[in-house]
Amino acid sequence: MTTSQGPTEPQPPVSAAVRLAGVEKSFPVRDGTTTVALSGIDLDVAPREFVSLIGPSGCGKSTLLRIVGDLIQPSGGTVQVNGKPAHQARLDRDYGMVFQAPVLFDWRTVEANVRLPLEVMRFSRAERDRRVREMLDLVELGGFLSHYPHQLSGGMQQRVAIARALAFQPALLLMDEPFGALDEMTRERLNAEVLRIWAQTRTTVIFVTHSIPEAVFLSTRVVVMSARPGRITNVVDIDLPQPRTEQTRETERYFELVTEVRESLRGRITSSAARARAEGAIG
Amino acid sequence: MSDVARTGPPPGEGETPPTGEGRVGGRDPIASAEPLAEADLTLATAPEPSGERPASGRWRGLVRAVVALTLFLVLAALVWEGFKFLAGDPWRYPEIGFVHHPPFRILQATDRQLPHLWDIASALAQPVQRNQQETLGGFLVGAALYTWQEALIGFAVGAVIGLVLASLFVHSRLLERAFVPYVIASQTIPIVALAPIIVVGFGRGLIAVVIIATYLTFFPVTIAAMRGLSSSDPRALELMRSYAASKWQVYRKVRLPASVPYVFTALKVAATGSIVGAIIGEGPGGVPAGLGRAIDNFNQQYISGPEKLWATILVSALLGIAFYLIVQAAEALILRRRRTARPG
Ligand SMILES: Nc1ncnc2c1ncn2[C@@H]1O[C@H](COP(=O)(O)OP(=O)(O)OP(=O)(O)O)[C@@H](O)[C@H]1O
Ligand SMILES: [Mg+2]
Repeated sequence: MTTSQGPTEPQPPVSAAVRLAGVEKSFPVRDGTTTVALSGIDLDVAPREFVSLIGPSGCGKSTLLRIVGDLIQPSGGTVQVNGKPAHQARLDRDYGMVFQAPVLFDWRTVEANVRLPLEVMRFSRAERDRRVREMLDLVELGGFLSHYPHQLSGGMQQRVAIARALAFQPALLLMDEPFGALDEMTRERLNAEVLRIWAQTRTTVIFVTHSIPEAVFLSTRVVVMSARPGRITNVVDIDLPQPRTEQTRETERYFELVTEVRESLRGRITSSAARARAEGAIG
Repeated sequence: MSDVARTGPPPGEGETPPTGEGRVGGRDPIASAEPLAEADLTLATAPEPSGERPASGRWRGLVRAVVALTLFLVLAALVWEGFKFLAGDPWRYPEIGFVHHPPFRILQATDRQLPHLWDIASALAQPVQRNQQETLGGFLVGAALYTWQEALIGFAVGAVIGLVLASLFVHSRLLERAFVPYVIASQTIPIVALAPIIVVGFGRGLIAVVIIATYLTFFPVTIAAMRGLSSSDPRALELMRSYAASKWQVYRKVRLPASVPYVFTALKVAATGSIVGAIIGEGPGGVPAGLGRAIDNFNQQYISGPEKLWATILVSALLGIAFYLIVQAAEALILRRRRTARPG
């Protein structure tokens, strides 16, 4: 790192928000053999990036996300989050997690659900109340504080889950198919909402999805994976301008990128730039 | 992941996730059984925790329980008197001009063995003993309250012991392996064999009776709470892990609340169990009052007045039913806000 820098100079290279090097994961199977879920995963995610993981079912996207979040241990390789080992990052409460299902607690109101991590992390009462309100306003559920989860629609429940994940301002948001169970209309609406929240909260996001349009619309980069063993086959830079709006979905570049991701998923690599990147990622 | 695929889709709705697993506690309590050793068998036939039912259904459940019980009592009374009508002693009611000679005669249906319900009812209004003021009814109400007080203490102590044991067992495989077999074995000892031993150990009196009531209470609570405490959605536990929550926080904020519907199922069983325990314990326990004591006394006076014993038995049954309904009402009150059935 350089020690002298004027205000106009570019920022010194910040350490990656997430740095995966040679990450492997195999699961023991009953008959004594192992399933290789992930092999040779190298990936750097810069702070403030929005990276999507996309790939066929079973290619290890959830496994990778859970390794990053220190919910399971890799069989090999290293995981650094904000310059620390993943385990330390978890103890430092760097992670906000959102799953496919909202996983709300049905004995808690919407407000109390969002408050849960703040209680666990011993925020002061005033601070808890302030943040709960702020987060619920952010996901536009300010009027549903004292509702119970069963009184909300699936999309609203997922927004509560997002508010809960953001309440303690984690540096890294890990989302595993958060909108996979929702209909297309709701999904698009929530996509726009996630982008707005991402712009406001300045968090880094790793987002698992099965939807190519969703990945392209949301991300700064799309990481394409293939199965058996799970590995990264391509990384597509999404150079669509920010902020993205509904018009973005109708631009030519958007369609090109959707096609590129789709072709990558099929195992064909189109643009030469993408090929070079992919070779870098694999090699 | 495979656990998502297990439950079927709900009736179609717009913004609805395809499974009913969106919320914690919404899992099938039977299918989600954690390793509980042999203990599982014991409650395998127990009703599902009513936490699975919508909140309004819980009140309706209470009303339904009362209606069903009333119907049952009416039916039982009809069978009782019908049996006597067919095979009992002659019915002689000249004041209303009714005389009936049953076509059969079975010893068990005679007035000595099985008094008419109205004879039992009228015995309630008569003095307990020939030269006493107090009616049998008044006496039995007093005895029932006394027994209930013993049972209530035993119930509370048993519930706390059950919850503490279950909490230890779900946190330590070692403790579970070491002690759950003994917890189960403890229930194979007949209470009538155990009661005298307890009395020898703790002396005659209230304490011995309470211990016996506790003994019949802690077991179902232990087993159900173990299951309830391990019923949490694994993703909820992962969520807590991602917050770097302590074991105590996971217990307090996730596992314990998730177990409440399970524990209530057991508390309903324990409510009646504690009454039975208290009644059985009063004999060897040597307490001066209570329904068990009354049963002992009226058993000795059976020849002169079988109605007294029957009245005591009926009051005991009613006490058990009343306690059960009180616990069910508490359940409906405490879980009124909780609802897992409707996804989205
Ligand atoms: N706990 C586990 N034990 C054994 N094998 C596992 C376990 N978890 C995942 N796997 C295996 O690892 C592979 C990757 O699983 P993972 O859940 O990460 O896939 P995925 O990409 O998230 O799939 P999907 O898109 O369907 O969610 C699969 O082959 C799966 O069978
Ligand atoms: Mg997955």
